Amino acid sequence: MEYRLGVDVGGTFTDLLLIEEDTGRTYRSKVPSTPADPSQAVLSGTKKICDMAQITSSDLSFFMHGTTVATNAVLQRKYARVGLIVSDGYRQILQIARSLVPGGLAGWLIWQKPETLAPLECTIEVPERLDADGNVIRNLDEDNLRSQLETLRKEKVEAVTVCLINSFANDAHEKRVAEIVREEMPDIPVSLSSEILPEKQEYERALTTVANSAVRPTVARYVQNLRNELRAQNMTGQINLLRSDGGLMSSEKSEELPVAILMSGPAGGVSGALWIARHAGYENLLTLDMGGTSTDVSLIEHGTPRLTRDTEVGDLTVRTSSLDIRTVGAGGGSIAHVPELTGALRVGPESAGADPGPACYGLGGDSPTVTDANVVLGYLPESLLGGEMKLDVDAAKKAVQTIADALGISLMAAAAGIIDIVNENMFGALRIVSVQQGYDPRDFALIGFGGGGPLQANAIGKLTQSWPVIIPPAPGVLCAYGDATTRMRAETARSLSSRLDNADGAEIEKILKNMAGEVSAELAGQGVPKEEQEVQFEAGVRYQGQGFEVVLPCASERFADHGLEQLAEAFHSEHEKLFTFRLDAPIELVNLRVTVLGKSANVKAIEIEKGDGDPGGAEDGTTTVWMDGQEKQATLYDRSKLRAGDKIAGPAIITEMDSTTLILSGHGAHIDHLGNILINPLT
Amino acid sequence: MVATILQENTTAFNTVDVDPITLDIIENALKNARFEMDATLFRTAMSPGIREQGDAFPLIADKSGLMLAGQFGSFIRGFLNGYDGTVEEGDIFWLSDPYTCEGAVSHANDWLVLLAIFKDGRHVGWSAMFGHMTDVGGMVPGSLPTNAITIFQEGIRIPPVKLYRKGVKQDDILKIVLHQCRMPEWAGADLNAIVAACRMAERRVVEMCDRFGADTYITATEKLLDRNKRAMAQLIATSVGEEKVSFEDYVCDDGRGFGPYKIKCTMWREGDKVILDWEGTDPQSESSINFYLNENMLKMFFGIYMIMVFDPQILFNDGFYDLVEVRIPDGSLLKPHFPAALSCRTHALGRIFDVLGALLGQRQPEFLNAAGFSSSPHLMYSGYDKEGEWFQLFQIGFGGIPGRPFGDGPDGHSLWPGFSNVPNEFLEAYFPMRIDRYETIPDSGGAGLNRGGNGISIQYYFLQAGTISIHDDRWFTYPWGVNGGNPGMRSTKTLVRVDGDREVLPSKCDNITVNEGDVLIYNTWGGGGWGNPLERDADLVAREVRQGLVSVDGARSYGVVLTDENQADEAATNDLRAVMKENINTEQIFNYGPSIAELREKCLAETGLEPPIQPVW
Repeated sequence: MEYRLGVDVGGTFTDLLLIEEDTGRTYRSKVPSTPADPSQAVLSGTKKICDMAQITSSDLSFFMHGTTVATNAVLQRKYARVGLIVSDGYRQILQIARSLVPGGLAGWLIWQKPETLAPLECTIEVPERLDADGNVIRNLDEDNLRSQLETLRKEKVEAVTVCLINSFANDAHEKRVAEIVREEMPDIPVSLSSEILPEKQEYERALTTVANSAVRPTVARYVQNLRNELRAQNMTGQINLLRSDGGLMSSEKSEELPVAILMSGPAGGVSGALWIARHAGYENLLTLDMGGTSTDVSLIEHGTPRLTRDTEVGDLTVRTSSLDIRTVGAGGGSIAHVPELTGALRVGPESAGADPGPACYGLGGDSPTVTDANVVLGYLPESLLGGEMKLDVDAAKKAVQTIADALGISLMAAAAGIIDIVNENMFGALRIVSVQQGYDPRDFALIGFGGGGPLQANAIGKLTQSWPVIIPPAPGVLCAYGDATTRMRAETARSLSSRLDNADGAEIEKILKNMAGEVSAELAGQGVPKEEQEVQFEAGVRYQGQGFEVVLPCASERFADHGLEQLAEAFHSEHEKLFTFRLDAPIELVNLRVTVLGKSANVKAIEIEKGDGDPGGAEDGTTTVWMDGQEKQATLYDRSKLRAGDKIAGPAIITEMDSTTLILSGHGAHIDHLGNILINPLT
Repeated sequence: MVATILQENTTAFNTVDVDPITLDIIENALKNARFEMDATLFRTAMSPGIREQGDAFPLIADKSGLMLAGQFGSFIRGFLNGYDGTVEEGDIFWLSDPYTCEGAVSHANDWLVLLAIFKDGRHVGWSAMFGHMTDVGGMVPGSLPTNAITIFQEGIRIPPVKLYRKGVKQDDILKIVLHQCRMPEWAGADLNAIVAACRMAERRVVEMCDRFGADTYITATEKLLDRNKRAMAQLIATSVGEEKVSFEDYVCDDGRGFGPYKIKCTMWREGDKVILDWEGTDPQSESSINFYLNENMLKMFFGIYMIMVFDPQILFNDGFYDLVEVRIPDGSLLKPHFPAALSCRTHALGRIFDVLGALLGQRQPEFLNAAGFSSSPHLMYSGYDKEGEWFQLFQIGFGGIPGRPFGDGPDGHSLWPGFSNVPNEFLEAYFPMRIDRYETIPDSGGAGLNRGGNGISIQYYFLQAGTISIHDDRWFTYPWGVNGGNPGMRSTKTLVRVDGDREVLPSKCDNITVNEGDVLIYNTWGGGGWGNPLERDADLVAREVRQGLVSVDGARSYGVVLTDENQADEAATNDLRAVMKENINTEQIFNYGPSIAELREKCLAETGLEPPIQPVW
């Protein structure tokens, strides 16, 4: 029997999901995370879940892992000391950056510029120069380079990055610099910008390459430890890590390219949502992954999540593909406050975190949080985590009362207001991924997961008019589901600048096929045989003179015959969809991208027992809630006892081990054959 | 107001109860809509000035024209006062002549698009945006002629006209205007992008009216303005005194050899009102450095500064306008008479920010920032490339950010909101030039406890014959330091001919011919320093020497002596600091550097340029 294990490390818990491939049977488990060394929880969790399934780790064919180890290295600035080698005249490339000061007019008064990722004293200039077409203007001065490496040695750099001007057009100088560095400093890993990101724009290329070097030791150490431990337990299957773009890469590859896993954590949720939705029969959906301090949202169209070219973590923005996930600083622990000067109600971004946590946790917190507001309104039952934790309703009321007093409104109005504001913040993020990209949220279903998603999703569905609202089974471990079910992935991109009206289609076809060959070989090297690979092509296109390209799918086969015309037509209509107009201007092809995917996991979704439509057997009494400005009685249900076909009318609260689903009045829920809760308005 | 707004449905709006939560939701939704405007613009515009550098400003206003979201304050009322026609649903207005809109835009390169937003036939608000066009015709490429003496030399002036009349695009007008521009494709695409951005905001406002009801939306906008007014009233009462404070500063020259031009402002409070009186500012210039300053825009600048300096949590809009009175003398540099030339107003615009910062911080030096908003340096380079195609670059540069109470001024960063540099690999791919060096200038930031940011040095290597224009300032006067900090270094421009000859170029010049192989060294000013430099951490100074941001000599301005390894020599540093301490005047709030007379005297020797001639009126 084949087993796949998905492991997702979160801030508070490490979630595990074991899937028996043939039957689709799953086992889930949660263990407390071990932030000091996250692999401890991963390993103890692995043991625990294997015991549950009565297998050993040697029975695992796939170990798939979403990790925030790279993300946290960035957020906590746990960077390696990186030496940077640049072209003569460009030492301050990271110091000047793009000269942008965030924050609007006069924002400079209070902006704290972050330290450069490679310290300036560890940056050296090497005499050499290429022009924009890659021609050599000035030869590389090798002796000069060798003597300057002394500076990097003295500064005790732990990694070296090379980024020379125009190296996207010709990597010869960078390659030669790397050879010399390896001769002179044999123990130091070297990264080249022409390998990590062979694209125009020197600052972004340098920063991305430096970021890769800066998080490399932390990631490599973690990944190697984990692999060694697993191998020591006779686990011989593949060990893969989840990339920011939702694909998987081998653990060895992730050591070389850690910059590709900066958003590994949230990508798991989107991948999990995708798997659930595919089996439930939904192709277009908005995802809402609400945790304690923040919420991640994204958009999936025709079963494919949107990708973005930039990955943002904290104050770092690098140019690597990631799922287009927007994060808002609003979660269950977000604190509500009323600034004295404006008298406005604000929620977040400050969070009570897990410690002390919301007032209702009774751990000493007294700030009014979103969770407290939910408790006051009666939406959260008094005990959480299957009775392991009792909520302090009075403490929640006391905390929320401070907001009511500041605004001069009732306790219930204040609690409802906090929830409305936090929902609005999430709505804002959902608009960015939908409306702002030309999508109408009414064409999408909304899937709510994470600890808090099921509680807010119905209300947010009302704002976005996205129906049904889907609450998957085990919403708290959906990320692990994503880790376990997604596909292997590798990609490459190339900068061009050719006008479509005088480009050579045959030449482009050749380039596409060459790129496909490279990436395919790379994925084969990670254990995906060629016959299982799927190749996708994309072109970045814009009106000549524009600064941003629109990314369009294309095909390499017979590109020579009509690829250029098809691209032009697709571009005009996409531009019009996005921006309301098209231009009679030349179109420019600025880059090509090739992605190669492994085969999808062959995991069956498991069906639940069919009922007669009456959820009576799952009823667990009623409770008083505040909804629509008045007190109402809501019915309580135990999720584990619900059967396929059951119909529930709101207001209702459905509880399970790790989360609570709220169904508003005027709405009804239907349980599908896989156990998903589907919420729709009752009209 | 002379414009007539025609509504198909004249039902008045009812003032309704808006609960505080709905109010906050509408405020956030307006903010989101404004960011959507930016996103639309950047993705579709074509000129590097707008799409890479961000030289464009969005606005969403209430129906009376007061800004609800945006950053340069509302210019709607200036338009309404200057336009004598009708405003109807489906109309989109377009203008660029500062004299027809009370300075809502301040030079003809800025194209302003406005549209009135209607919901069910009722007027509910405005959206607008202006952006800087790379070229609008006139006597020099870039349309910012340094030595113009009337606005008629500065390219096409568009009075307020309807680009769309009841939804129908007026193609003939567009054709006529684009025909005057040297880069018609860019201008056409940029204009389209601005219109698309305004429409985005229109859609959002209409959606809000749908969602909450028009009465609620309208009442909410009034409440948002009022909320801001209350917060600002409190801020003004606590941070602006009744006694008068004054500050004066200079634009170095007018590009025709005259200068410096004084800009002076006096600030005081009368009851709950702040007066900003620009009496004492020099009369208008004969050339194009005049800044036709819109009073409301200045109120906005003032408001944002107040908020950012004293309490960044307040969200700003135009609600506080009644609390500020701006007096600008007629015929002065800041309110010139038609048809004075206006194109190069960027120097005076920058100086106004230095002056405002100085005024606000004078009573509370702990909030005071040094000078650095010294200009918005421009380079234009145009000609015909090897294929015979016209090329034209307009690039905005940056200097050093001033030393701040908050910390050091970043090196080579933008003081303007949302502006960024153009990637050099982009320049090299699309223009016949190479950027041989792109770095900050060691020691150019004024020494201080918090160092001023360094200016930038760019070496442009030209690959094709053409002409260049330069716009910069602070080559004659210094960006001042505060609270014991030193002034920053001044700007310089040097052209190194292919044969090795070096020419010092003035900070403002046009029509300089360059040839293949010539190199322009374009150095901007550094920011002033903040606080006593002798109190700066000596190890930090030493590290900045190793980083190339400060020189070994420059370290001595901080009283820091270095070892051969460029580490701080503690004993020698203590000795030097003890000696220097005697000569530092920590009482002095502003350090301007030498007096104007002294600057004149040493000008040629220090800068390689003749001193500017004192203008006589």
